[in-house]
This record gives sequence, C-alpha cells and structure tokens, in this order.
Amino acid sequence: MVNLALAWAEAYQPAHPEVTLSVTGGGSGTGISALISGTTDIANASRAIKAEELEAAHANGIEPLETVVARDAIAIIVHKDNPVSQLTLQQISDIYTGKLNNWAELGGEDRPIVRLSRETNSGTHVYFLETVLRMGDPASTLLFDPRTLLLPSSEGITSEVRDNPNAIGYDGLGYVTEDVKIIAVAATQADPYVLPSAASVSAGSYPISRDLYIYTNGQPQGALQAFVAWLLSAPAQQIVLDLGFVPVEE
Amino acid sequence: MNFSAPEPVQAGGRARRVDRLMTPVIMACGYSVILFVVMIFVFLGSEGFAALGEVPLGQLFAVRWYPIEAYFGLLPLIGGSLLVTFGAALFSVPVGVLSAVYIAEIAPRWMREILKPVIEILGGLPSVVLGFLGILVLSPFLRQLFNLPTGLTALAGSLLLGAIAIPTIVSVAEDALDSVPRSYRDASLALGATNWQTIWRVTLPAARSGVLTAVMLGIGRAIGETMTVMMVTGNAAVLPEGLGALFAPVRTLTATIAAEMGEVASGSVHYHVLFFIGIVLFLIALVVNVTASLLTQRRESRSERMLS
Repeated sequence: MVNLALAWAEAYQPAHPEVTLSVTGGGSGTGISALISGTTDIANASRAIKAEELEAAHANGIEPLETVVARDAIAIIVHKDNPVSQLTLQQISDIYTGKLNNWAELGGEDRPIVRLSRETNSGTHVYFLETVLRMGDPASTLLFDPRTLLLPSSEGITSEVRDNPNAIGYDGLGYVTEDVKIIAVAATQADPYVLPSAASVSAGSYPISRDLYIYTNGQPQGALQAFVAWLLSAPAQQIVLDLGFVPVEE
Repeated sequence: MNFSAPEPVQAGGRARRVDRLMTPVIMACGYSVILFVVMIFVFLGSEGFAALGEVPLGQLFAVRWYPIEAYFGLLPLIGGSLLVTFGAALFSVPVGVLSAVYIAEIAPRWMREILKPVIEILGGLPSVVLGFLGILVLSPFLRQLFNLPTGLTALAGSLLLGAIAIPTIVSVAEDALDSVPRSYRDASLALGATNWQTIWRVTLPAARSGVLTAVMLGIGRAIGETMTVMMVTGNAAVLPEGLGALFAPVRTLTATIAAEMGEVASGSVHYHVLFFIGIVLFLIALVVNVTASLLTQRRESRSERMLS
C-alpha cells in the first residue's frame, strides 16, 4: 500500500504547502505499531487491526479509528511461459499447504512448484493465509508449507516470478507488472474463472479481494481531517484506480 | 601509575596538565567499551531470557518457525545460519588466505599496490548492493547451472557472504604474513628450500596466529551479515539436513530478526523470542571469538618455548 500512500502524498502536497506529509513503508504492522507508539498521525494498513494491537493502543491512550480508503485484488502470478492459466481457490490452497508439488498435477509441465510469499509481517501474508489457504474457515489450522520462500518485498516476488518458470507468487494487483502472467481464479469448481480487475472486484466476482484501511487516533481534526476527506474524494480515488487498486464509492 | 616513562624534552607545567587531563579521558574511553558490552548484554538478556519462561524449551528447539501462529522452533534458523556461514567459510578461507599469501609473498610491488586497494574497495561495498547482484545475476545463474527449482538458496547466500568475508581475511592475514621477520625466509631459502616450501613450511606457520585471527574475524563477519542473506537465501524455515541443503532455500537467524522486528508488538512472546535469537547469535559470535583467542594464545606460548 506504500505506492498508493506515496502517490497520494505527491498529489496532495503541492496544493497544501502548509502541511508536511512524509511516508514510510515496512508493512501494515509497522504502521500500526507507529500509530500505537504515537510516532505517526495516520497508519495505512492492508489488513484490519488485530485485537492485541487494539489493546496495546488503548493502553497507550490511542483510539484507532478505521476508514476504508480503497480496495485491492490479490493477483496470483506465474512465469509468462507457464501453460497453467486458471486455478480454483482449493487448488491454490493445496499448492501453498504443500499438497501439490508439481505443475504437472495442475495440467502444466513437469516442473517442481516453487511457492513465493511475502514475509509474515505483511498484511498481504495474513490475508492470504486466512482467505486462500484456510479458505475463510476460522477453525482451520492449515499453514504455509515450510518450503515456501518468504521474500521481504513485492519486488522480490515479481523478479523471481519473472525469471523462474517454476514459481508461483501472489501480490497486490497494483504491484503486478506486465512481464508476468496473472492466473484467473474461481471460488469453487462451479464458479467461473475470473481475472482480477477493478470491475471484477467491484462486482464481487473475483474471490481474492480485500479492503485497504487507514487508521487515525480518534476523529481526525484540522489539517488531518481535510486530508482524510480528500482521500475519499474523486481525484484521490482516481489515483487509486491509476495504480491498479479499486476505488471505493462514497 | 609508576611505570618509568622517558622524561619529556619540555616538561613544562602545561604539558603536564594536558597529560594529567588526557590520561583519565583515554581511560574512560577504554572502559566505556566494556560498559557498552555489558549494557548490550543486560538489555539483550532482560528482553530475551523472558522467552524461556514463556515458551517451553521443547517448543523453542523444534523444527517449525511460524511466529504469527506461535510456532517458535529455532532449529531451522540456527541450522540455516550455520550452513550459510559454513558454506561461506568453505569458499572464502582458501581464497582469502591464498590471496594474502600472494600479496605478501609473491606479488611484485606494483601488483601489491593495485591489489590491496581493490580488495579494500570490495570490503567497502554495501551489502545491499551485493544482495541486488545476487537476486538479479547470481541466483538465476545458479538455478540454470545446477538445474535447481529456485536459485534463492543457501549457496547463493554463502557465495555472497564469502565475498564479504574475503577482504577481512585478506587484509588481516596479509598483515600477519608481513610481520614475519625477513630473516626467517632468508634462513629457509639459504638452506635450499624452494619459494613454496618456504611459504608453506616457514612463513605461514610463523604467522599462524594472525592468519587464524583473520579467518575467525571473516567468519564472524559472515555470521552477523543480514541484508544480503535476507535478499538471496529465500528465507524458507526448513531445517537443513546435510550439505545437500546448500542447494535449497534456508532462513537465517539474522534475516529473521530483520524481517520480523518491525512487526512485533513490543513485549509480546514473539518479541521476546526475537531477542532470544539475538542472544543465540551473541553466543555463536562469542564461541568464534573465544576459539580464536585460545588458538592464538596457544601459539604464543609455544613460540615462546621455542625461543627460550
């Protein structure tokens, strides 16, 4: 989500020289930790705040207030030359939990599957675990196969997928580049296979999409309030669309 | 202090005052190092040993690391760090020591003048730059060369760490070889030994303690390195079983701390376990250092016996 925050800051700053915006990346947990410790005014997060984080915030006298500012599709990506072009949620789950280990089992070439994931501090990682691996079942205790490579950045995932025909990865649609192949995903075998896009996320037909949040300490005041209101306005939401995320309607 | 220093040429009052002032300042600087080490250890200990009370020892020394679901098995991480470091040593020790021998004993003067600064430049390369090279060049190359599922492996980490350790090894070992008295070589050559026999039988053994220190410093540098290994080893927490695991992804102690410290809630179990990992790293570094100084001391006492 750091791309989006940077683009917003770049667009907002010139028109409002009286405020100073600075953006730091590092993952949803990093932002929320900074909000809890009072070192930032706004924390952007690609996942909802956890119960223990909320507790820590209250202990510090911070009241995190959640606002949905955009939506995001998680794209499943493979190498350009990989003949596999569609998967069900169940198949993706089986790949990442280690049940499926060769592309031949999915109608592809006889190649080992190399699983790529973001690090555990990424909101995307947690979302993927809950929504894809465990398929939304809160009682499930399925875990990533230990052989899953945990890469510290989106760039690490795209560059390995671009280069390695064995690899499968996932990342926010906004980060996906032209030189990898996006997999069409079906919620179940009975559903149609859908590619991620702003339209398919808004229509609710693409199964792996999520809300993106900002957290502020209580109702924002003054300059902060003006900025948060601007985030939901048409120009800011156009930036959301331009970066490959999905706008929210007011 | 009552050691007998040579009388200063101008024993003026000012010089004495400066002397009286500077002695405690320098002493304070020296002692502050001890203070820093103690403070770091107290801090590490107070944050890290809490983990022992919160996670049963059996779970801490298990093989599954997945901290967001409270799996805190450290074995794959320890194994990963040791494997990557061992791989780095396997390649950097011979290359480093032999380079030092070449520079100190064989290379003509002009060659030495080129080699030494070039190696220092290699030592000054930021590790993140090496990591980039690793991702873009080395790992695709290794994948194709060995037909691996992925090039992001312990081997990629070892090769880059080796490149980081080599400058340390070369410069310290070269200093040690340089300080071997000229007369040793002259005596050996005069007895009819060849150049190689002189290097292998006389100069290297005479410089052994310095060369061992060089090796240990290089290994210490490799164990603590973080950014490069995080970028190229794939960070999959699989327990390495044997040397074949060099060709598979691993996750190291340092990369784990770096990747996860930003996320953890301060004071949580995960937070304490990450500090405990810091203690484990500290202990590994301590073992390396103590081994180095034991080896050095033994050598000194033997040479003293020989000379007496």
